[in-house]
Amino acid sequence: MKKNHLIVSTSERIFNITMNIVGIIITIVCLYPIYYVLIASFSRPYYVDNGDVLFRIIGFTLDAYKRAFSRNGLFTAYGNTIFYTLVGLLFNMFFTTTMAYALSKKRLAWRKALTLFVVFTMWFNAGVIPTYLNFRDFGLINSRLSILLGFSINAYNLIILKSFFEQVPDSMEEAAFMDGASNLRIFTQIYIPLSTPALATVSLMYAVNRWNSFFWPMNLITSDEKLPLQVYLKKMIVDGFAGGEESVILTQSSTWSQTTMIYAVIIIAIIPMLIAYPFIQKYFKTGITLGANKG
Amino acid sequence: MRSHKENYAVKRSLGTKFRRDWDLYLLLLPGVLWFLAFAYKPMLGLVTAFYDYNTFKGLAGSTFVGLDNFREYVSGPDFLRTVKNTIMLALWQMAICFPIPIILAIAITEMKNKGISKLTQTATFLPHFISTVVVCSIVINFLSPSTGIFNIIRKQLGLDPIYFMVKPEFFRPIYTIMTLWQNAGFDAIVYIAALMGIDMQLYEAAIVDGAGKWKRILHITVPGILPTVVTMFILKVGKMVKVGYEAIILLYQPSTYPVADVISTYSYRIGMENGNFGMATAAGIFEAVIALVMVLSANVISRRVTENSLW
Repeated sequence: MKKNHLIVSTSERIFNITMNIVGIIITIVCLYPIYYVLIASFSRPYYVDNGDVLFRIIGFTLDAYKRAFSRNGLFTAYGNTIFYTLVGLLFNMFFTTTMAYALSKKRLAWRKALTLFVVFTMWFNAGVIPTYLNFRDFGLINSRLSILLGFSINAYNLIILKSFFEQVPDSMEEAAFMDGASNLRIFTQIYIPLSTPALATVSLMYAVNRWNSFFWPMNLITSDEKLPLQVYLKKMIVDGFAGGEESVILTQSSTWSQTTMIYAVIIIAIIPMLIAYPFIQKYFKTGITLGANKG
Repeated sequence: MRSHKENYAVKRSLGTKFRRDWDLYLLLLPGVLWFLAFAYKPMLGLVTAFYDYNTFKGLAGSTFVGLDNFREYVSGPDFLRTVKNTIMLALWQMAICFPIPIILAIAITEMKNKGISKLTQTATFLPHFISTVVVCSIVINFLSPSTGIFNIIRKQLGLDPIYFMVKPEFFRPIYTIMTLWQNAGFDAIVYIAALMGIDMQLYEAAIVDGAGKWKRILHITVPGILPTVVTMFILKVGKMVKVGYEAIILLYQPSTYPVADVISTYSYRIGMENGNFGMATAAGIFEAVIALVMVLSANVISRRVTENSLW
């Protein structure tokens, strides 16, 4: 009787096989768009437009990439994005860890009110226009500082870090106090090293957001040489499509087209994300589950 | 010398607290200043809604007009359209993008082949990390009438190409499918975590009792994740009004405004593009108030139904 559950019925076996097939279909549906962009970017446009390029590269060429890189501004935009991501991350981590640490201390005066002060912004924000006018009042329009400083804290990330700091046992702090250590030293030399997994999670969340953000750079940055990659892409693709379709006649020997070049730029833009993806997958799940528990 | 611990036992005045922990308050300072300057100060800017905002002179040089901006928005021709579009897009999202991650999560945990199960999770989670601009670019290019893959296939089948992006009837499905592709795997994570928490003994007991696969899913799995589903549903209802204007402004065209223009995109357009900051802020407040009311009522419902609330 006890071994009953080891006998798998036929209907159950069919169910299991179906589920595996469903899994493979879902996987293909999710990845195919990216795969298609990738193979099309390396193929000759004649075959792409003809519908021959569906499963593999046909007429291999690197010209779409060469063309993309020879365009004005792609390198600058790429450099800008790297700058905004790395320096922006420093701003994020400085403002977020310091405040999260202070808020994690139960002895802090007005702790509840201050936490509410943070949490409230998760549910209510001023909206696009007042936020824009605020940057204008500060004289930060078309300044790199607007992007770096203006988006230094994400309340959600701050709460995740705060709850992580709270889990560190108080005895660590007590012992250090006995030795005469200051709060600043305890924070930088005990809590920061102890919290590496949480700091990695939050850094990654910030970095992904920095890399992908386009809305505020688009509105706050007016000169081309300061634009990040996402806004560059937006200008090239979305505004381009509003301008109508290209009418160049392609021959079999054409090595690139507007479309294959766009696909190349898309690949260039998502490559860092794909490389970082194994880490993202590892750390984000912790972040989501932590965040979900804390509401 | 008194230890730090003893110090806590004594109820101290605020002054002593500051002296002892001054550097803790120093750590608090940058964050507090940041919130004041970049989160709370803009809220003061909401009064712009009550002014005929002068772009050159700022708020100080603008005329106070009371509720005129609101009146103008509510009585204008765009009001009904934007409210209706916001609700319609939100309903599409709730009908499609809410249930599918739940089904996906159950499917992923039901896959007996661990390799396939992991692969599916990895593949569905990935699109969430691709930027809105890239996703919209892919959508626009795939749907292009001459070089997009959809129309290439249509041509091979002998069908006429369709310019999907300019046809109003396609906007909502396109937007919904795009959001689904981007977020289904991400949204499923919470449910997968809840499914992992279900006691395996329940399943084993059900098998002994002769319950089949579907019966087990229906009577153990579904009730097991129901609390999570309810909580997530209420959270989503609260955020429903805030449809993704960042993606919509990339995808819509004047020809699709009749179905695609929502309150937030309207506010963005008349503010940032036409410079009518007063009315744009009024429309923004209108949206924020609806959102806040929904969050608050969702919280009340949540407290009564699931006995857990957000605050």
